[in-house]
Amino acid sequence: MAEQDTPAITRDEVAHLAHLARIDLSDAELDHLAPQLAVILEAVASVSKVAAEDIPPTSHAVPLTNVFRPDEVRPGLTAEEALAGAPEAEDQRFRVPRILGEEA
Amino acid sequence: MTATTPSLMSYDEALAAFDPVLGLEVHVELNTASKMFCGCSTTFGADPNTQICPVCLGLPGALPVLNGEAVKAAVRIGLALNCSIADWCRFARKNYFYPDMPKNFQTSQYDEPIAFDGWTEIEVEDGRGGVDRFRIGIERAHMEEDTGKSLHVGGATGRIHGADHSLLDYNRAGVPLIEIVTKPVEGTGAKAPEVARAYVGHLRELLLALGVSHVRMEQGNLRCDVNLSLRRDPSAPFGTRSETKNVNSLRSVERAVRYEISRQAALLSAGEKVVQETRHWHEDTGVTTSGRSKEQAEDYRYFPEPDLAPIAPSRDWVEELRATLPEPPRERRARLQQEWGFSDLEMRDVAGAGALALVEQTIAAGCAPQAARKWWLSELARRANERGVEPTELPVTPAQVAELQHLVDSGRVNDKLARQVLDGVLAGEGSPEEVVTARGLEVVSDDSALGSAVDRAIEANPDVADKIRGGKAAAAGALIGAVMKEMRGQADAGRVRELILERLS
Amino acid sequence: MSEWVHQSAADLASALNSGETTSVEVTQAHLERIAAVDGDVHAFLHVDTDGALRAARASDERRAAGRTSSVLDGVPVAVKDVLATKGMPTTCGSRILQGWVPPYDATVVARLREAGLPILGKTNMDEFAMGSSTEHSAYGPTRNPWDLERIPGGSGGGSAAAVAAYEAPLAIGTDTGGSIRQPAAVTGTVGVKPTYGGVSRYGLVALASSLDQAGPVTRTLLDAALLHEIVGGHDTMDSTSIDQALPPLVEAARNPDLRGVRVGVVQELGGEGYQAGVRARFDDSVALMVDAGAEVVEVSCPHFEYGLGAYYLILPSEASSNLAKFDAMRYGLRVLPDGVDAPSAEQVMTATREAGFGDEVKRRIILGTYALSSGYYDAYYGQAQKVRTLISRDFAAAFEQADVLVSPTAPTTAFRFGEKLDDPVAMYLNDIATIPANLAGVPGVSIPNGLADEDALPSGLQILAPATADDRLYRIGAAVEGLLNASWGGPLLAKAPELGGHA
Repeated sequence: MAEQDTPAITRDEVAHLAHLARIDLSDAELDHLAPQLAVILEAVASVSKVAAEDIPPTSHAVPLTNVFRPDEVRPGLTAEEALAGAPEAEDQRFRVPRILGEEA
Repeated sequence: MTATTPSLMSYDEALAAFDPVLGLEVHVELNTASKMFCGCSTTFGADPNTQICPVCLGLPGALPVLNGEAVKAAVRIGLALNCSIADWCRFARKNYFYPDMPKNFQTSQYDEPIAFDGWTEIEVEDGRGGVDRFRIGIERAHMEEDTGKSLHVGGATGRIHGADHSLLDYNRAGVPLIEIVTKPVEGTGAKAPEVARAYVGHLRELLLALGVSHVRMEQGNLRCDVNLSLRRDPSAPFGTRSETKNVNSLRSVERAVRYEISRQAALLSAGEKVVQETRHWHEDTGVTTSGRSKEQAEDYRYFPEPDLAPIAPSRDWVEELRATLPEPPRERRARLQQEWGFSDLEMRDVAGAGALALVEQTIAAGCAPQAARKWWLSELARRANERGVEPTELPVTPAQVAELQHLVDSGRVNDKLARQVLDGVLAGEGSPEEVVTARGLEVVSDDSALGSAVDRAIEANPDVADKIRGGKAAAAGALIGAVMKEMRGQADAGRVRELILERLS
Repeated sequence: MSEWVHQSAADLASALNSGETTSVEVTQAHLERIAAVDGDVHAFLHVDTDGALRAARASDERRAAGRTSSVLDGVPVAVKDVLATKGMPTTCGSRILQGWVPPYDATVVARLREAGLPILGKTNMDEFAMGSSTEHSAYGPTRNPWDLERIPGGSGGGSAAAVAAYEAPLAIGTDTGGSIRQPAAVTGTVGVKPTYGGVSRYGLVALASSLDQAGPVTRTLLDAALLHEIVGGHDTMDSTSIDQALPPLVEAARNPDLRGVRVGVVQELGGEGYQAGVRARFDDSVALMVDAGAEVVEVSCPHFEYGLGAYYLILPSEASSNLAKFDAMRYGLRVLPDGVDAPSAEQVMTATREAGFGDEVKRRIILGTYALSSGYYDAYYGQAQKVRTLISRDFAAAFEQADVLVSPTAPTTAFRFGEKLDDPVAMYLNDIATIPANLAGVPGVSIPNGLADEDALPSGLQILAPATADDRLYRIGAAVEGLLNASWGGPLLAKAPELGGHA
C-alpha cells in the first residue's frame, strides 16, 4: 500500500471512513473529497519511505515520563454547571436520543 | 431477545464429545478516592452528575492527569499475578462512538500493558475429598477508565430496545479500571465451569487482600466477560469462540460457561457453526443471547495517547511494591488453618464458600475462630443463599459479626436472640448494639423481673417443684422452659436455673 | 483614535504605573478602536465590553490600593477563541460550538485573569485551528489590516490582525504548525511559539495534542516576553507541561545581544517555492545580524522536507480523535436529521457533525481516520512518528553548530482570499517552514523583517531555538528587532495603511 506511487482512495472507502467518523457526508461531498484525499495522500506519501526500520517513533515532543497526580478528591462542576450547556436535560441527567446498540 | 431458544445438548454428552477452552476477561474497579485522570470522587451511589468535572465530562480543552495510586494498584495486581511489569508503557486511545463515553474514545492501554505474561493457581474440588489445582496463565493486566451509565426511558423494563430516549449520568465515567485477561485456559475438561468460577473467586480474594478494590460484584466493581470455544479433542486447534458479557456473579460465571458449552455443543453436533460474536448473559433466565451482529470487525484506530506521559516504573519501585504484597492465597490458607485450628474439611468449606477473608476479618475483630466460621458458614451463608448473593455482598460487616458474637459470649443475648439481632442488622437497622436497644432484644437477667416469673412457674407446676425439692435438679428444665416461654425467650436461662434452685432447695 | 492604542504593552504598563492613565481609559480606548475598525477587519468573534471594563475597574482599584497583580495588571488582551473562557462564548470558529459557554477557564486564561489583564474578547480563527488563512472560520474570514482583500494568515488570523490593527496591544494565539508565527509574518507583528510544554494546554481545545502550543501575539519582542512570563510555566493540570521554571524571558528581551551568536541558516528552508521579496528580506536580515557581530553558519536539516508529510498525517490523526467529542450529546449543536422519525443518537451524531463541521475539518477528520485505520497505521501514522524522530535529530545536529536557526517564516506574503481555498495542498505549503518546530517541540518566533518588493506586504523572519531555551528567541529577536526598527526609523507597522475606520 505504502509503496504505491499514487495511494488510491475510493469513494466507497471515503464513505466507510465517514461512517467510522460519524459524519453524514452528502453524495456531492463524497465525490469531491475522494480525489482531494488522493492528492493529499500522494503529497504525504513520501514519509512512508524515509525512515529505516530501526528509527524509534516519537509520540511526544518532550520526553517526560511518570507524570502522576496524588489520589486526592478535588471539587469539580455542579450538576447545574455541567448540564447548562446540554442540548437537553432531564432528571439531572443528559437527555439524548435513543441509543442503538448492545443490549445492556 | 427475539431469537428462538437454541437447542442445548446435555452437559455430560457435550463433554463426552468436545473439549472446552476458556478465556476470562475481568474488569476491576479500583477503590481509589479519585478517578483515573481527574480529582472527582469515585464514591458509589451519589446523585447523578455530581461527581464530574471538565476532564471526565470530556469538555473541550480539558486534559487528563494520571492518578499515581491507580498505577501503584495496577503494578501490585500485576505482581500478585506473577506478571512482568513493563519498563516503559503508554496509554492509547481506543476510538469509537458511544454516548456513555464522553470523549468518544476510551483512554486505555493497547499493545503496551503495564503488566503481562503472568500466572496464578486455583483449586477446585476433585469430588473425592481432595482438590485439583489449575494454573491459569495471565496474558495481561492493563489500566483503563470506566464509562458513564445510561438509563433507557420509554421502553419496557428499562431495556435499550424500544426506548424512546436515554438519560446519561457520568459519575462513573473515568473511574479507574484494571482489565485482567487470561491466556486460553485448556485442560479443564468437565471442570470448566468450576474452574471459571474458582478463578473469579480467587481473583476477588486476591484483590481484597491487596486492598485495591471493594470487589462488590453487585456494584459492578468486578465484571466478567467469559470467552468459550469447543474443539473435538485437545490436540485440535481452537474452535470459534463466543464472548459472553455481563456475567456479574460467581454463580453466573459457572452457569454461563455451562450454558455455552451445551449451546455450542448442540450447534457443532448438528453440523452448524459457532458464530464469533458477543453474547449477553441473562441472570433471570440463565441463558445467553446473541448481541448485535457485527457486519465487520470494529476498527478502534488505537494510537498512543499524546496527552499523557509514558509510564516507566523504576525497578526499585517495582521491588518496593513487591514487598507490600500480601501472602499468596495458598500459603495464607495453610497458615490461617494452623492459627485457627480448623480441620481440613472446615478450612475447605470456608475457602469454598468464598468466606476466608470474611472469617479472617471477623476473627481479627475479636471473634473466636470457630464462632466466626459458624456464623459465616451457617447462618450468614443461608441468608446469602436466600437472597441469591455472595456472603460478601450481605449488608453486614465482619466487625458487626464479631460484635454480635461478643453479645452472645457476654450473655447479653442468646443464640435465638442473636439471630433476631442479625435480622435487624441485615435490614439496615444499625449495629448489633443498636438493634438490641431498638428492638429490646437483650436477655433479662435482672432478678426482680426473673424472680416473679420463676415464682409463677413454680406455682403453676407444683409437681415439678416437688421433684426438685426432692433432689431432682434435672427437672428444673421444665420450669426454665416455662419461664422462657413467658419471657419470649429473652430470659437469662442460667440465672433462671439458679433462682429456681435457690427457691426449691 | 486614542493615543493609547498605539502604545506597546510595556509602555502602557509604565503609563499605568506613573498614573498617566488608567486601565479603564486604556481598555475603553481599545474597545472604541474595535468598534471603529472591526467591522472591516473582523478580528473578533466576541467582544466582552462589560467584562473587560469590570476587570479594568478592578485593576484600577488594586493599583490605587498599592497592590498590582502583575507587571501587566490593567493592560488589556485578546484571546483566541480556541481557549476556554468561563462565562464567555468559546466556538473555535466552528458552528458545532455555536453558543457554547464553558463552565471553566483554560489555565492560560486563568493566569491572565489572576495577573489582572482585562480580556477584550475572543479572536477569530480557522475552524478548530485548521487552516492558514482564517477563511475556514464558520463566522467569516478576518481581513489583513495591510490589505483588506488579503488573508491575515491562520489559523490565528484574528489575534494577529487585532494586534496589527491596534485593537489590542496583546493577544494569545495557538500554534500547531505555524498558527502564531505565519499570521505574525503576514501582518507585520510578533508571534512566539514557546517550547512544547512551556505553556499549559489545559483548556486549549485540542487540534493536535502533541503539536499544539499557546503563545503571545504582540507588536514587540519585549511585550511578548512580558506576556509569555505571565501565561507560561508549569501546570499540574497538563501532563505534558514541563516541570521547571521558565528561563528569564523579559530579562533576555531587555538585553538584546548578537555578539558571538552562531546563527544557523537552514538550507532546506528557503530557495525554491519562496517568493523573491521574502527571500530578499531574509537575506537583508541575515546581513544585519552579521554586521552586529553574529556568525552565520549554513546548516542542513535533510529530513525537514518530509516534515510537511509527517505533519499532515499526525495532525489529522490526532484531530480525528480529539474532535470525536463533538457529538451533540453533552454540549454544543444538536441537529436532527431531515425526514427521520424518532432518530437514534447515532443518526443525530452524524447529522450534527455533517452540519456542524466545515469542509476543511471534515477533510482532515476523514484523512486522520484513514491514517489510523487498521492496515494503514504502520504505513502512515507509524512512519510519520519516525520522521518526527528524524527531524528532532536534524535539530539536535543543527544546534550543535548554531545557537539559533533562522529562515523566512512563511514562503509568501499574504495572498488573496479564495486563492488557495480549494487546493488543500497549496494551502498546506504555507506551513512548510514553521512545521518542523512543532514536530520537534522547539520554540520559535516570527519577527517582522520588512516589506516584499513586489507587493509591499510584510514578511517575517523566523528564529528557532533548542527546547527550553526560549530566552534565546528574545535576546536575539530583540536585537534584530532593534536593528530593523533603526533601519526603518520606526516599527514596520507604522507603514501600514490607515484603516478607513468609521470613528
